[in-house]
Amino acid sequence: MQLRRVVITGTGIYSCIGKDVSEVTKSLYKGQSGIVFSQERKDLGFRSALTGYLDKPDLQGLIHRRYRNYMSQEAEYAYLSTIEALKQAKMEQDFLDNNEVGILFGNDSTAKAVIESADIIRTKKDTTLVGSGAIFQSMNSTVTMNLSTIFRLKGINFTISGACASGSHSIGMAYTMIRHGYQNVVICGGAQEVNAMAFGSFDGIGAFSIRESAPTQASRPFDIGRDGLVPSGGAATVILETLESALRRGAPILGEVIGYGFSSNGGHISQPNVDGPSRSLRMCLKDAEIMTKDIGYINAHATSTIIGDMNEAKAIYEVFGTEKPLLSSTKSMTGHECWMAGASEIVYSLAMMHNDFIAPNINLETPDEDSAKLNIAKTTIEKNFDIFLSNSFGFGGTNSTLIVKKYKG
Amino acid sequence: MSNEEIVSTTKMFLVEEFEVNEADILPSASLKDTLDLDSLDYVDLVVLIDSHFGFKVEQQDFVGMVTFQDFYNFIIKKVNK
Repeated sequence: MQLRRVVITGTGIYSCIGKDVSEVTKSLYKGQSGIVFSQERKDLGFRSALTGYLDKPDLQGLIHRRYRNYMSQEAEYAYLSTIEALKQAKMEQDFLDNNEVGILFGNDSTAKAVIESADIIRTKKDTTLVGSGAIFQSMNSTVTMNLSTIFRLKGINFTISGACASGSHSIGMAYTMIRHGYQNVVICGGAQEVNAMAFGSFDGIGAFSIRESAPTQASRPFDIGRDGLVPSGGAATVILETLESALRRGAPILGEVIGYGFSSNGGHISQPNVDGPSRSLRMCLKDAEIMTKDIGYINAHATSTIIGDMNEAKAIYEVFGTEKPLLSSTKSMTGHECWMAGASEIVYSLAMMHNDFIAPNINLETPDEDSAKLNIAKTTIEKNFDIFLSNSFGFGGTNSTLIVKKYKG
Repeated sequence: MSNEEIVSTTKMFLVEEFEVNEADILPSASLKDTLDLDSLDYVDLVVLIDSHFGFKVEQQDFVGMVTFQDFYNFIIKKVNK
């Protein structure tokens, strides 16, 4: 069977550095952080009160109250990023009604909804009083079940839970399904709730930066002075379809997904290694049928943890050697968007590729020994590039790598 | 709480929760049709009554409750019990 070409025709974003692609592009260019100090978290006894800040979406007037009632916080974010992506892809409801359009989204928690329901049950000693929306907000597939209902989707429909690589795997899986002929169009992406309950247990293992006196300087991937990641979230949507479908519809072609690599570390639950990411990188490059010298930019996973950044730097150096493509971790501005990150970083990288710049790895003052071997953009760099690679890794040792190329016919 | 206050409170939360015009909530109007209720929405009516009046409605209590007046009468009877 002839493998099919897979292109990106729409992107949407709702993040702490902007509520749409246009706002986010400006923030990326300026190197603007979206990290704040949360008094609520401090009052709750968090070790770190740092977080990405997002306004609560106001969906009244946009969708029926019944649908809103079923939506978790992450589903609300994903709704906004998805309507932006659909609009850009020129994909209206009529198309969704008359074609087999799928949805694959990365999500790996619904803590707020679950805990709020549990609180009501404990207080009221009654399950009915959690209301009708609780079950649909509490399931891990909350994003896909809500969006597939709202947009009346008829194709593949499920959620991918791959920790902090969830969003990346969703794009990789959609790419695979389209490439092999199982689907023509898939709405994919990642969503991450942003609330204290979502991050309490993560804070508990001491993974977060405690640089509370300087929130915008707290996320500092690859810097020797880093002391942990900063949690964040939102949602990002990427619409994938066959090249043929995009051309037939006259949709804008924002890029072509040409490679997907994945691996599992087979090791510790939270401590990453070098071998797993390295294998994911090599598999992706092989799938894309390109050389390391062809990569114009790497969007690193680097979250601002000592061992994670160090091992990713080692893996990249091991695979790329002296090629040294420009690299940055946009988590220096956004914080770690966890389940959403693999998808949002494709949106960020596409925005850079279309606007001829590389966003800075802000707060990188002194690279450590391994980071120093990489070509990290400390400031915004004006650069035209045609191919980028994006890494995403997660707890349990799950790794995902994507390569996207500018479409030139 | 007077009967008028009960009716007023009920109308208020119905308008807010189900996003309908207060003018459409007539005593003789159909509760189900006016509020566009499906089976899950009745669960939320239970929650609303509990939070505003402090008592639990069972699902079967809605059987035979057709108009808003039926709904008001049920709540008034429960509150005054």
